[in-house]
Parts: sequence; C-alpha cells; structure tokens
Amino acid sequence: MSLTTDPVSGPYQYLKAQSRWRVLEVAFWLCTLLPYFLFPNYLVLASQIAITALFALSLDLILGYAGIVSLGHAAFFGLGAYAAGILSKHGWGEPITGLIVGGVIAALVGYASSFIISRFRHLTLIMITLGLGLLLHEAANSAHFLTGGADGLQGVKIWKIFGLYGFDLWGYTAYTYSLIVLFLGFLLARRITNSPFGLALRGIRENAVRMPAIGAPSHAHIRKIYTISAAMAGVAGALLAQTTETVALEVLSFQRSADTLVMLVLGGAGMLYGGIVGSAIFMIARDQFSGINPQYWYFWIGLLLIVVVMVLPNGVLGGLKKLFTTWRGPS
Amino acid sequence: MRGYLTRLGFCGALAAFAVSPVQAQSTVKIGVILPYSGPLADTATQMDGGIKLFMQRHGDTVAGKKIEIIRKDTGGIAPDVARRLAQELVVRDGVDILTGFVLTPNALAAAAVSEQAKKPMVIMNAATSIITTKSPYAVRVSMTLPQITEPLGAWAFRNGIKNAFTMVSDYAPGHDAEQGFQRAFKAAGGEIVGAIRTPVNNVDFSAYAQRVKDANPQSVFIFVPAGKEPAAVMKSLAERGVTPDKIKILGSGEIVDDTGLKSMGDEALGVITSYHYDRSHNSQLNKEFVKDFRAANGTLNPNLLAVGGYDGMHLIYETLKKTKGNPEAEAFIGAAKGMSWESPRGSVQIDPETRDVVQTIYVRKVEKVGGELTNIEFDKTENVKDPVKARMPK
Repeated sequence: MSLTTDPVSGPYQYLKAQSRWRVLEVAFWLCTLLPYFLFPNYLVLASQIAITALFALSLDLILGYAGIVSLGHAAFFGLGAYAAGILSKHGWGEPITGLIVGGVIAALVGYASSFIISRFRHLTLIMITLGLGLLLHEAANSAHFLTGGADGLQGVKIWKIFGLYGFDLWGYTAYTYSLIVLFLGFLLARRITNSPFGLALRGIRENAVRMPAIGAPSHAHIRKIYTISAAMAGVAGALLAQTTETVALEVLSFQRSADTLVMLVLGGAGMLYGGIVGSAIFMIARDQFSGINPQYWYFWIGLLLIVVVMVLPNGVLGGLKKLFTTWRGPS
Repeated sequence: MRGYLTRLGFCGALAAFAVSPVQAQSTVKIGVILPYSGPLADTATQMDGGIKLFMQRHGDTVAGKKIEIIRKDTGGIAPDVARRLAQELVVRDGVDILTGFVLTPNALAAAAVSEQAKKPMVIMNAATSIITTKSPYAVRVSMTLPQITEPLGAWAFRNGIKNAFTMVSDYAPGHDAEQGFQRAFKAAGGEIVGAIRTPVNNVDFSAYAQRVKDANPQSVFIFVPAGKEPAAVMKSLAERGVTPDKIKILGSGEIVDDTGLKSMGDEALGVITSYHYDRSHNSQLNKEFVKDFRAANGTLNPNLLAVGGYDGMHLIYETLKKTKGNPEAEAFIGAAKGMSWESPRGSVQIDPETRDVVQTIYVRKVEKVGGELTNIEFDKTENVKDPVKARMPK
C-alpha cells in the first residue's frame, strides 16, 4: 500500500536509478579507446564499426523501444550519405555542417513518412518500410544527374575537421570523429530512453492500443521517435560518406537494412548497447573470417548467427545479463 | 594527452617507415580486391583463376622478389568496403600493389587510396572510362565499353547497314555502350531510327521486342549485362520474328557470353558482336590458355575476366622485371607505360598517355561449331584506344 501512495516519486526514482552511470558502462566506453593503443592498424575498421553502431542504435530506438519493425531503415542512412556527399561535391566539404545537413534531410523525410508508419504495426510495417526503402533506392538509381547512379557519386572531397584534422590513411581522424559522434548519439538515445517519453515508447511496444487509454498518444510518440531515429541514421550515413569519401547506391540497399537488423538482434535489441556490441561482433567476425577465407566466410557468419540465436535468444547482451543475474542469485 | 603523445609517436614511426628504402624488402605483396562472395562471386572465380594460372606458369618469384598475394572480399558492389580494404591492405598488410577490381564503384573508391598512399593499382576489369584518371598510379588491362562499341558502329556502316535501332540496359555501362555505338555509327553516316532503355534486371522483353519490330530497322544494337538477360532478349526477339536473317542483331560481347549462349537456341545464330576476347580466339597462346584454365577449374571456360586476371599479373611481372623489383608507384607506373605484350586475346599495349589498354577489337558472328554455339571472329579493328579519353582535353 505504502509503495504506491507517491505517484511522482515512484516512477521518478525508477528513471533516476536507470539513468545513473554504472561502472560497466564507463568501462565499456573506456574500452572504445583501446584500438588506439592495441590495434592501431585496425582503426579504419573501427571507424566503420562506430558508424554501423550508430546506425544500429538508431534502429534500436524504433525497433527495440517502440516496436517498429523496419526493413528499410537504410533509406535514411542513404539519404544522409547522399546529402553530405552531394553537398561536398558542390563545393561545401565542411564535415560538421555536412553531418547536420545529412541528419536534417533524413529527419524531414522520416517525419513525412512517419505519418504512414504510425498507422501500422508488425507485418504491414515490414512491407511498407521495405517498399519505401526500395523506392528510394530506385529513385537514386534513376537520378543519375544528382547521384551518379550505379557508378556512385564522384568528386566527394571532405575538408579537414575544424581546418585541422585531415582524414588520414590510417584512420586516426576517421575513428576519433566517428567515435565522438557515436558517443553523442548514444548520450541522446540514453537520455530519451530513460525519460517518461522512453517509458511511453516501451508501453507502445507492448500494447499500442492501450497506451492512448492511459493518456499517451501512440501516434504522436511514434512520429516523434521515428523522426529522431531517421535523423540519427542520416548522421551515420553522412559519417560514412565523409570518412570514406564515397557514396554509392549500396548505402540505400536492402542488404544494409537487413545486416543492421541482424547486428541488432545479435547484440540484443532494446538495450542501447545491443547495436554497438552486435555491430562490433558482426564486423570483426566478418573481417577475420573473410581474411581467412575470402570465398566461403559467409558460412561461418551464418553458423555464428544460428548459435547465438539458439543459445542466446535475447542476443549476446541479453545472455550476459541473464548469466549475471543467475550468478548474483535472485535479488 | 597521453593518447595524443602516443599518436604523435606512432605517426613519427610511420613517417620513418615510409622513407626507409623499400628495395630492402625481399617480397612484393599484391593485394587483390574482388567480390569473392555474393551474387557476383562467379566473376571473382574467373579472375582469380587467371591470376593463379599465371603464377602457376611463371612461378612466384620475379626479379629476385617473392610475390605474395593477399585476397580481400568486397561481397559485391560496396565502395565503402573496397576503400576500407584498400586502406587496410596498405596500412595493415603493407602491400605494394593493389589489383583486382571487377566493379567500377569499388575501383573508383580504391583509386582514391592508390593516389593518397602512392601505390600502383592494376585494374583487371572495371570498365568505366574515367577510373584511370582518378589515380595517377592506376593502369588498366581490361577494356572500356566505348572502346568495344564504337568500332562496331563504324564497322556496321562500312558493311552496308544504313540505319539502326538501339536497345540498352538503363544504367551507366548501358549508356556508355549506347553512346559509343550511336556516336560512331552517326559519324560514319548511319541513322539511328529509335532508341530504348530497358530496366536493369528486366526479365520480360516482349514489349521492347515489339517496338523493335514495329520500327522495322535494318539492324538493332543491343547491350544488356551478361547473365540471364541476354537469353531473355533473344527469345523475345525471335518470338516476334526479329531474327538475324531479317533484322541484323548487333551488340557488345556481353549478350553472347558463354553462360548466355548455353541457354540460347538457334535463334542466336548470326548475331554479330564486338569484343576484345573470346575463348575461341584462334591463336596458339589462347588455345593453351583455354586448355590450362579448363584443367585447373573443372571445365569452366575462361572469359574476359580470366584474361583480365592473367594479363594483369603479366603486366605486374614484366613491370617488376623492368624496375628490377622496385614496386614504388612512380617507378612502377613509369615502367608500365608503353608496355606491350602478346596476350591470349592478341597483342595489347598500355597507352603511355592514359595508362589504359590499347587492343584489337574483334567482330564476331555466332555460329555452330561441333553442335555448340560459338563466337567466330571474322573482322577486326586494330589498336583501338579508349575513345572517351582520346576526346578529353589534355
């Protein structure tokens, strides 16, 4: 009885406890600095992992938290990449503004499409997001004058960051830049998920119809998070375009949407760190397996996925969490 | 702060490494970037087969240096991956030469690395004209599409064809092929009576074939990528009575490549195409090449990609001989310029001005040899340069 008498402090305390930084989290972010010292030859890969992680994080916001299944999220990634790339091609190669433009354009399209997205759930959503993704892919293919079509965008040149740090062959700048953006994106996602709005999203994931009954407008919430997620995906795409100075149709491909979904599931959806861990595991495994055997490495990736899904249904992080609670004993 | 210092120290170490004489090394590492997995894995099988065959015949030592091959998989069209792999090959594996490259977007992305890292890049296939202009250290041994289709346009008019209809796949290589053919054909005095572009990965060509029939041209020029499409086009054309005895069917070699011909019937007889290589090319060198390639790859016939791989390695070996094993970009490219040799496809040369290949373009006709549809060469244009770069302002 006494537990429920204070309607404000209950949930408030819960959210406050959630948003406290744990030792493990601090340790995790310190680990992201390790590549500088331990694997300085792998910084290019590390930068692409950070970019993919940011993209996976954006997908986690809608899939893991709001329960919006999307197979076309690469649309926003690609929009961001093309926006930043085309901007630089036409003479403005400043990276930070490029990121912002990429994010804003993806957000605008995300906002427009969110009106459709918020009306549907589950299988219908998969079809719609898939369709939107394919439409954009084909549009980019046809708009040869703007995107370079199947040959990819030519002439992307990115200036030095703050006029000081140019993108080097070893990937120092690329990794530092991507890592900082990933961390900022993560802080934003963490703030969102640990807010009342984040709680409402989880409510929508569990039951979208009941949420309006307790005064939380499902459609408005979904539109909001979808736009934020699209912006984040756009920033990730812009990052990839800038650090690699290439944009090709592949940034919009179904394969990219699907791969990211797989990474998220591998790491554990709905846990913030799931996307980051998943993309790190997936991309490192891919790098190592394909280095050993360039022809048939997909076999090992497939095997890895099957094992993870069978043994750890909630992803690697979900598994670790379970192990941790068992070890701690029921609290 | 410590990180910054470590970083400075590392950069210093790298700088020291970069200026140390490369000649001291006893191996030359070659990074091969190809789509080994995914839907385009066939192309990598062919090209890798060519590379292996060359090394099997000529050993893995040249000019006192051991040749070491490091293979990397892009999984298909993925320029960001190709660029990363190129960077990693240079930084992590310390390769001296980048090669492979079936696909244009990947080659363009890697060209940026070749330029930045000052590493020679030998392009074994990717066929868009501009690639070799993107790095001063890039050299190409394959072909460009205008190089293939412009000679055909000129040939067609010389041989009494006064008007043509063009039908190409609606993507960059299709546009290249179409423009090449049309330009040369019109320049010679021919008339283009119609032009259509078909969607990429199209399966039903009946509507397009009908339009060709309605236009009733003297000839139709076709470009679609090798794979399933050529057989589908031929079938649709034949169903509407567009056969080589009534309307001449012209095209680039893609439409009658080995896999395509296997799924075509006699409707393909008499199709005239231009290309730089076919396994039936009549020379002693090619006969041995085909025989050895088949022996090593389970009766797979070599195609242009296999020859690209073989010739790419040939160029690398001969250039290293000339530079006495020095793979540094300036020396390597300097030596590669003007290099000429006898390839299974005929004689080829590297244009000293554009670093692109100069070769003979053959005109072939599909005929039946021993029950099998085969491309038989019956005419040729020698010493064809890439016409797009020849027109570029110097």
